[in-house]
Amino acid sequence: MGSKASGRRIVVGVGNPDRGDDVAGRVVARLLRDAPPEGFQVSEKDGEATALLAELDGAAAAYIIDACASGAAPGIVSRFDAAAAPLPSRTFALSSHGLGLAETIELARALKQLPPICVVYAIEGGSFETGAPLSPPVAAAVATVAERLRAEIAARVETEEARHA
Amino acid sequence: MAVKTIKVDYLARVEGEGALKVIIRDGAVASAELRIFEPPRFFEAFLRGRAFVETPDIVARICGICPVAYQMSAVQAIENALGVDVGAPLRDLRRLMYCGEWIESHTLHVYMLHAPDFLGYEGAVEMARDHGDVVRRGLALKKAGNAIISLLGGREIHPINVRVGGFYRTPRRRELQPLAEELKWARDAALETVRWAARFDFPERERDYEFVALRHERDYPFYEGRIASTRGLDIAPDQFDAHFEETQVERSTALHARRKGGGAYLVGPLARYNLNFDRLSPLAKDAAREAGLGPVCANPYRSILVRAVEVLYACDEALRLIDAYEESEWPTVGTPPRAGVGFGATEAPRGLLYHRYQLAADGTIAEARIVPPTSQNQPSIEEDLRRFIGGWLDLPEEDLRHRCEQTVRNHDPCISCATHFLRLELEHGQ
Repeated sequence: MGSKASGRRIVVGVGNPDRGDDVAGRVVARLLRDAPPEGFQVSEKDGEATALLAELDGAAAAYIIDACASGAAPGIVSRFDAAAAPLPSRTFALSSHGLGLAETIELARALKQLPPICVVYAIEGGSFETGAPLSPPVAAAVATVAERLRAEIAARVETEEARHA
Repeated sequence: MAVKTIKVDYLARVEGEGALKVIIRDGAVASAELRIFEPPRFFEAFLRGRAFVETPDIVARICGICPVAYQMSAVQAIENALGVDVGAPLRDLRRLMYCGEWIESHTLHVYMLHAPDFLGYEGAVEMARDHGDVVRRGLALKKAGNAIISLLGGREIHPINVRVGGFYRTPRRRELQPLAEELKWARDAALETVRWAARFDFPERERDYEFVALRHERDYPFYEGRIASTRGLDIAPDQFDAHFEETQVERSTALHARRKGGGAYLVGPLARYNLNFDRLSPLAKDAAREAGLGPVCANPYRSILVRAVEVLYACDEALRLIDAYEESEWPTVGTPPRAGVGFGATEAPRGLLYHRYQLAADGTIAEARIVPPTSQNQPSIEEDLRRFIGGWLDLPEEDLRHRCEQTVRNHDPCISCATHFLRLELEHGQ
């Protein structure tokens, strides 16, 4: 129980695999899984709050990718520094039982379990229909996000190494 | 006539979407409707034409919170059609798995969804800021339930290890020991949960419900039993269709169930508790008494307390089952296909879950019927709203909305789920 300073570094793709563009975050995770950034564990979650909380607990750095529905055009990518400020809750869909990603992150913050580095990439979804495939703009965005994520993590690692050199 | 609409966050990744409409005329509640507009999911149609062996994995997808319930009702119904009895060791293992689901589902509801209503918080996040240790206890308790399902089901959500005839793999006795250690902590935490919830301030509201739940000759029921009611019903699961009917109402994509020739009834923790108090373990009974619960509770606002007692029971029962566990020689029994009709009823965390399957001679599913607890409780939830909120109409609108939501949350509906996403229309007319 409680926060454990394990120093884990994680990438988590969040979403429902059977609801169209909602799977976008998980697809990004799959793109990173075969060659994960060094020192990072890559996983997929369905968004259930307590499972995600357990994943965040004790992590030193977390990069989360989720689909969102803010009203922007499908495929638009937003980046949020969740360690610095709450996510805009209207941007992120609520999960079943009403605890969506924004609420889960706030729960982690309230319980002092939020990793000191916590970055969220949000991909605007177009269709959340049951059984639907990724819509074309979202399918294009997932590859972009995977590369941005790799670049961001590499840059941060480089900065850290330079700091410790 | 004034119509006020309070909107809440946009919903996308949800298992259910719901709304409430309460019409108040001349200072009294004229009507209350729980509207469920989630698209129909057609699971019964998906099952038709599939081999019966596929059923546990298909029905596990119906719900991310209570997949074990769907699996357990399904496998028993199909085994009933096949004339198969899996025997005591496999039955006990299934009960153990069901304990895990009760612990995780009930704990989620008690701590994250329902407790904020009683402690005056908007939700679990706000509650966690002031009661971090309590929320951490709830999360760890839920995790103990997840651990059971992970071990027996192969994974926490939508388990994959349940099959018609038993399991694909049964655990070795030594695998259960770490679980037992976690569950001993969980049992203490569950007892603390009962004591904590007992201090809440409960609205004094009661109704003369017809409570319907399974009743078993020995066990507090989740896995099996006859279907009983507090008004004298006592039938085998294969008689369900003769006594209950579902009807469609325009405002809901979930069917409404009623007793034939009767009316609304209530399934869930209160029903189980009221029909089976004598079947609880001594520890759970003592905790219930200490918490001020008698053998009968007709106040749905106290359902949080009954859920806490059921979590304690589930931890206690899980430990008993682990202690008594004997490894089976085979994880499954033979299930040769044959034509037939089978019935299964178990107790999902939210209440009675009935399945019926008609099989063709080659084991193909010809017809499937699934009656989930939430559809059975919808008429009673609406009746609760009509009866209970009349005394709160003078409250400010936000407070009244909160009371309405709390009244729905008492029953932990799975389709429209619980926390703060009901859109409420209050219509004041003359």
